[in-house]
Amino acid sequence: MRDVISILDFSKSEVLELFELTDEVLSGKFKPRLEGKIVATAFFEPSTRTALSFTSAALSAGAKVLGFSSDEATSVSKGENLADTIRMLENYADCIVMRHKLDGSAKFAAEIAKKPVINAGDGKREHPTQALIDMYTVRKLFGTMEGLTFGFLGDLRYARTVNSMLRILTMFRPRMVYLISPPQLRARAEILEELNYPVKELTDVRDIIGELDVLYVTRIQRERFLDEDEYEKVKESYRLEYRTVEKMKRDSAILHPLPRVSEIDRRIDSMPQAKYFLEASYAVPLRSALLHEVMAGD
Amino acid sequence: MKSGLIVSKIRNGTVIDHIPAGRALAVLKVLGIKGIEGYRIALVMNAESSKMGKKDILKIEDREIEEKEAELITLIAPDATINIIKDYEVVGKRKQEIPQEVVGLLRCTNPSCITNNDVEAVTRFRTIKRKPLQLACEYCETRLTEDEVVRQILG
Repeated sequence: MRDVISILDFSKSEVLELFELTDEVLSGKFKPRLEGKIVATAFFEPSTRTALSFTSAALSAGAKVLGFSSDEATSVSKGENLADTIRMLENYADCIVMRHKLDGSAKFAAEIAKKPVINAGDGKREHPTQALIDMYTVRKLFGTMEGLTFGFLGDLRYARTVNSMLRILTMFRPRMVYLISPPQLRARAEILEELNYPVKELTDVRDIIGELDVLYVTRIQRERFLDEDEYEKVKESYRLEYRTVEKMKRDSAILHPLPRVSEIDRRIDSMPQAKYFLEASYAVPLRSALLHEVMAGD
Repeated sequence: MKSGLIVSKIRNGTVIDHIPAGRALAVLKVLGIKGIEGYRIALVMNAESSKMGKKDILKIEDREIEEKEAELITLIAPDATINIIKDYEVVGKRKQEIPQEVVGLLRCTNPSCITNNDVEAVTRFRTIKRKPLQLACEYCETRLTEDEVVRQILG
């Protein structure tokens, strides 16, 4: 039984073991068994993919699922604090999968709860299970995760999936990581400071598009802006165009944690580099393997 | 006038010397001393110092500074010397070590941090750099600079 709060809670060997287990889930060689377990999905913030894929993963492993998908339907709307809500939830479930708009909320919840807490996104901080899915996709596509060239395009300031990805890459020695964003949306210093691989910041993806093995695109995280005027200044400030993707290596990959808004030209969906829906398809097998590890893996 | 001549020696208590000029009040705040506790306190500000140019000095009678308190003083006065006095003699010195963790004293500057939004959450900062001081919120990872730490402690 363990918490999953940051991607750095995993060692490299644990990541590799989880990916091997996911391979076995996909091939049918291994079936996570969580009969008799209850998973609480506590989504204080909206989610489609993460909430439903965790639910599907738990159900497919034989667990029961309860939870909520908005804090409006809970006592939080009556003024209950997070700590009390977590204390209540752990009476009802064996594991709490939680998303919350506040930074550090998952760590705080894990300190309150004796049952394991899985961070399904805490504010602009981290989204570790998404990074696991992203890197699993890279491994499936390239047969390796080492020595590749990555580009991250978009809102690198507020995108928690990017933080978790940049951190998981510290385990896999990328050849180069390009961070491509408008100046206002650059990655935060506290994330960049601890990286152990070469990083270059730039504003135009076209400058390096031919070098990339993986291009990771994110939407602008409108809900994280404290000031609507700031959002207005940067909205639609970048977009991946069809002509740009034509210059990518044929065997390179475009990933996106989804949902997307307007940052990818929809015509790109049919190009060979577009792998974001394939990426999304790995969410259930990986999360079922993870739930197994968290609840039954000891 | 030499600073040593301004106030006389204390019999028992603590002398904190080499406080950066203007931060003596912040040191008292860290120690939770408001003046109503009844300790006799001598506070010298902006005294001449050959090492520092100007410095502050605090003499607090009948109050021994604990190791944990000395760590907190280090946050705002990294080169201070803290001497414990008994019968007019220095009987002990507190080590000046920046604490690895600061719990409950400082506020996170990120309005979206859980510690600013849940009545039960207590702030916890980890020291990531000693000179210049830099702390990181254990919850949201926001950095606090030395200036911010001093500003908060001075209130």
